Parts: sequence; C-alpha cells; structure tokens
Amino acid sequence: MAQLNMVQALNTALHELFAADPRVLLMGEDVGKNGGVFRVSEGLFDQFGGTRVIDTPLAESGIIGTAIGLAVGGMRPIAEIQFMGFLYPGLDQLFSHAGRLRARSMERVTVPLVVRMPYGGGIRAPEQHADSAEAYLTHTPGLKVVVPSTPYDAKGLLYAAVEDPDPVIFLEPIRMYRLGRMEVPEGRFTVPIGQARIAREGQDLTLISWGAMTHLALTVAEDWASRGISIEVLDMRTLAPLDREAIGRSVAKTGRCVIVHEAPRTGGLAGEITALIMETAFWSLKAPVARVTGFDVPYPAYAWEDFYMPNAERLTKAIVDTLKD
Amino acid sequence: MEAWPIYRVMGDEANAPNEVSDDLALRIYKDMVLLRTFDEKTLNLQHQGRVGTFAPSLGQEATEIGSAYALSKQDWLVPSYRDHGALYVHGVPFENVILFAMGRAGSLAGDVRALPSSIPIATHLPHAVGLAMAMQMQGEQAIAIAYFGDGGTSEGDFHEALNFAGVFKAPVVFLCQNNGWAISVPVSRQTGSPTLAQKAVAYGISGIRVDGNDALAVYQAVKQARERALSGGGATLIEAITYRIGPHTTADDPTRYRSSEDLVPWKGEQDPITRLGRYLEKQGILAESDLDQLRQEARDWINQAVEATEALPPANAAEMFEHVYSVMPPRLAQQLAELEGGADPWHS
Repeated sequence: MAQLNMVQALNTALHELFAADPRVLLMGEDVGKNGGVFRVSEGLFDQFGGTRVIDTPLAESGIIGTAIGLAVGGMRPIAEIQFMGFLYPGLDQLFSHAGRLRARSMERVTVPLVVRMPYGGGIRAPEQHADSAEAYLTHTPGLKVVVPSTPYDAKGLLYAAVEDPDPVIFLEPIRMYRLGRMEVPEGRFTVPIGQARIAREGQDLTLISWGAMTHLALTVAEDWASRGISIEVLDMRTLAPLDREAIGRSVAKTGRCVIVHEAPRTGGLAGEITALIMETAFWSLKAPVARVTGFDVPYPAYAWEDFYMPNAERLTKAIVDTLKD
Repeated sequence: MEAWPIYRVMGDEANAPNEVSDDLALRIYKDMVLLRTFDEKTLNLQHQGRVGTFAPSLGQEATEIGSAYALSKQDWLVPSYRDHGALYVHGVPFENVILFAMGRAGSLAGDVRALPSSIPIATHLPHAVGLAMAMQMQGEQAIAIAYFGDGGTSEGDFHEALNFAGVFKAPVVFLCQNNGWAISVPVSRQTGSPTLAQKAVAYGISGIRVDGNDALAVYQAVKQARERALSGGGATLIEAITYRIGPHTTADDPTRYRSSEDLVPWKGEQDPITRLGRYLEKQGILAESDLDQLRQEARDWINQAVEATEALPPANAAEMFEHVYSVMPPRLAQQLAELEGGADPWHS
C-alpha cells in the first residue's frame, strides 16, 4: 500500500474518480495545467483534458453558480475555491440556491455538487488566506460539511462527497496537506459522511477537534499520557451533520470535554457541540465544558498568527482547568 | 442607437419579416389572454386573502408567452418570480403557480425542465450557464434560457454569468425583460449605458433589442438565439423592451413613484394583447367578439384550477423536513418529532 500525504491522497482520489465516472468534472482557478495552487489536481489536466479539468474565469460566485447548473443538468462537478478566505462572493450561491433547491423543488431538482477548498491557518500565508469559516456553512440548511485530518480520510471522504446526492463542502486543512504520510489503499473506499472518528482512545477527558487541530489534540494527548492521564481525541471529520451520538458517547464515558477549533469563538461550532453535550451527556459531566479557539478578531497577518492559533500551551491550560474537580 | 435597432415584426415600424404561422400566432394569443386573465384573477384572490404576495406579469404577456413558445421541451427554463407565463407554456400547470402563490413549494411539476423561480435577483443566471454547458457536454440538442429583469443587469452575477457564457461558448439565452422598473427604481438608475443589449459586446456574445410587446418578434428573436446556440454560435443577450403595467407585486403601490399617465400608451396602443389581436383580425382568423369568449373560457378554466388547488390537503409539517436532504438526517427527524409533540428521541 502506498504511503501518501494528504495532497497525494486527494490527487489519487481525483484520478480514480475521473476514470470511473465521465460525469465528474473539476472546475476552478488554476486547476488545469497548473494543477491547482497546492497541486491537488496535478496531472489531471494532462490525463483528462480541458473539457473536464476546467480553468474558469476568476469569479467565485460564477464558479459555484455554474457548478450548480452543471450538477442539476446531470454532471458531477467538483468546484474548487482557491482559499476559503475567497469563498465569500460564492456564499450567496450556497445559501440561496445549493442548500435550497432540493426543498424548493420538492426534490424535482437536486444538486450533487462538491465544493473543495483549502482552509485554516498556521503556514505563514498572506493575509486572508487562512480563514476558518465553517460556521457560516454549518448554519446553512441543505449543505453537508466535511473536514478530513488525515490522508486516508481525505480520500475516503472525497469519494463519499462526490457520490453524495446533496451538496457537500469539502474543507482541506492547509497545514495538513503535506504533514505526514500514511498508508492509503488504492481504489474506491468511502469514509461515511456524518461519522466522527476516535483518533485516540482515552478514559479521563474528551478532546474534540477537526482538521489541523486534530494534529494538535493528538500531540497534547500524547504528552498527558506520560503523566498518567488518558485523553480521548474525537476527530469530528463531518461538521454538518454533526455526529451527536459519538460526542455523547465519548463525553458520557469521560465526563470531561475540551473543544478546540481555529475559527473565532463567538458563534463557532464549539458552542453548538457544547449544547449537544448538554442534551446527551449533561448528567455525566464532572466539570464544565471548555473551549480553546481562535479569538474574535479578524485572522491576523502572520506576525500575530502564533498568538491567534490555539496551541499546546492554551490547550494544556484548558485541560488542567477541566481536570480539577 | 443605430447599432441597436429594436427588432419588430408587427406594426408600422416593423423591420423584420414575419415567420410565424397564423396557427402558431393564434395559440400564442390565446395563452397571452389566459395569462392576463390568470394574473387578474390571482390579484383578486390576493385581495380576498386567498393567496399571498403575488407578482403579476400584466403588460409583459408577449415576452412571457412568445419566448417560451420558441423553446423545445428539452430546453432548461431558469425563471425569476414573474415568469409563471413562460413556465406554463413550458409545461407547468397553473395549479402549481397558484400553489406557489399560496406559499407552497409547488412551483414545478412532473419532469418539466425548469428550476424553481429564483427569488434573489440574477443569482440564477450562472445556473443557466451551467445547465447549458451540461447539455453541450452530454450531446443534447438543448439550450438553457434565463429570465430576469432590467434590475438584474446591475448584479454581479449578471456579469459573471455572461462572462462565463462568453468564455465557454455556452448554448444559453439570457432573456432580459426591460419592463422599465425595478420596484420603484427606473432603468435609468440601473445603467449609464444607452441600452442593455449592448452589454453583450463586452462579453463576446450576441446581443439584440426586441420589441417585448410584439409577441411574434419575441418568438423569432428567441428562436434565432436558440438556433445560434445549438449551432455553436454561443450565447445571446436579448433585451425585450416592455412595460410593467401592474404593481411589482401585490405588496407594491406604484402610485408612489409613477403617474397613471405613464401607463396610457402601454395599456392602449402598446398593449401586447391588443397588438397581436389586431394582427390576427387583419389575418382574418380572429373576430373582436372572440376575445370575450376567450376571456370567459379562461376565467372558467382558472376558477376550476383555483377550486382544485384549494381542495388539496393543507400543508403538513413533515413536508418541511422531508425534502431538505436525500436522506433525512437524525437532527431533522428529532426536530420534526419535537414539532409534532411526540416522544423526544434525543432526551429519552
């Protein structure tokens, strides 16, 4: 089995999906000969040509809006937005149409669309290239939102997203693109949308994370293991719909929970997950749920990035507080 | 505007030959009368509180009906909220239009190739481009046509859609009904450009101005644009010049922003039904007395449709949850259970 990083896993999945289904298309800025700014579509243009690997005009609403029409019309488009910070002109298409057309048409029209985009910070990118805007999307009925944190999940979730009959937003944590390799099987396999993954089993506290924050959570959990504290890391993988069962099961077991995300705190998903814990595991809680998040400031230029991003120190402090009885 | 003459088939200023058979012209006329009668009836129903806010197409019947007659059933119709006339011709029964006006999600029917009417302005134009590209990719002899108004040309998605259509040579028709008004704002506040059609030049697509109250001219212009699209000639922006003689919707009071004198020509000599009626009388296939009979038949037919629609079971709560995703996720099932007051599986 091949040892792949996340970019290679996504690239492999795209090649396989293109070969298996002639309806599958990729469209976006620089996805063609350039292979995407992160090289996720490397080689795809040479193999499948410009009618399926489509360099578009530089217009996010146009990309997503046109992809909606292609999806309704029988194709399986994958739209790429170059960075999540540039998604905002396309949000209207997601809010007003992609998430509503099935319901508004009483299912006469469906939108089997995938919108991929690199997201998140931590790589010293230029301003506005590091946003984590997932909460806008999870708040929108009709959309599904997934975030792999490993190469294996990236491939399996991309298969699931392309085969899904509903619009799926596919967030790719930039920091994880080339951070580590793992065995990724050849050929088709899916990671089901809506299922979290226990990235590390533990008994004393649940750390809930997604994307690049899962990497941080695992590092910190490892550190605590040497001190005799067993931390469970729950990698959500899907943010809409949230795997409520998995959250409830883990927190009911450990009785303590810290949620970590890069996005700003107010209105961030940690609040929603906390509410789900109130519904599913309140009577098992031994301490208040804590959250470690980005701050309620615009994602800063990179000189301030280390202040903004949740790190081991902040996470450790929250864990110490949560472990107090 | 010599470069942008107004394409006309009927009347003294006609500059194009008529290619529409008398039989087809009569069918278009009958549907225009039906649409006018439907709009008048639905306005009445709204005043009686039997339907909700409604956007009539009074005065725009030639563009609505004439354009849709130029389509094939394989074509995708991508409408805005005032386009129930075109949807009707494309195969959506008026019962569905009434349902939509009654606040129900029923604006489509069967396997008619149409999207639900877009409520936000011009955001549906890129969908038409995508649908057109999908038809081309799958080798179908079909186009997509987007309906929108003069106000829609100010939106960013108008630019993005026409730009994509130009780049990809998509077989799409952009039908802009320039009815003079975006609610209370005149077209002079939408653009500094002398015409809307000339915007096509910047996108490398075809543009044409057509008399939007000349049903035969609209039919021919859309038919030509469709044929151009199917033969690889790319997209067309059609500016159909018409006039909204009614309110924007039933929630609007046009006396606040325009005088009744403005309406005189549009309700008189320029009325699209009057104009096509005169033409058909000249052709000897319509007598003046036929109009009364046609209107009575239309009223009877619409009354039956209204009764049938009102006899349908009322909206039920489950419908609101059942059609959001291909499979209802657990959180929606829980919320439906909560609404229906049954056992709450999330707290049991």
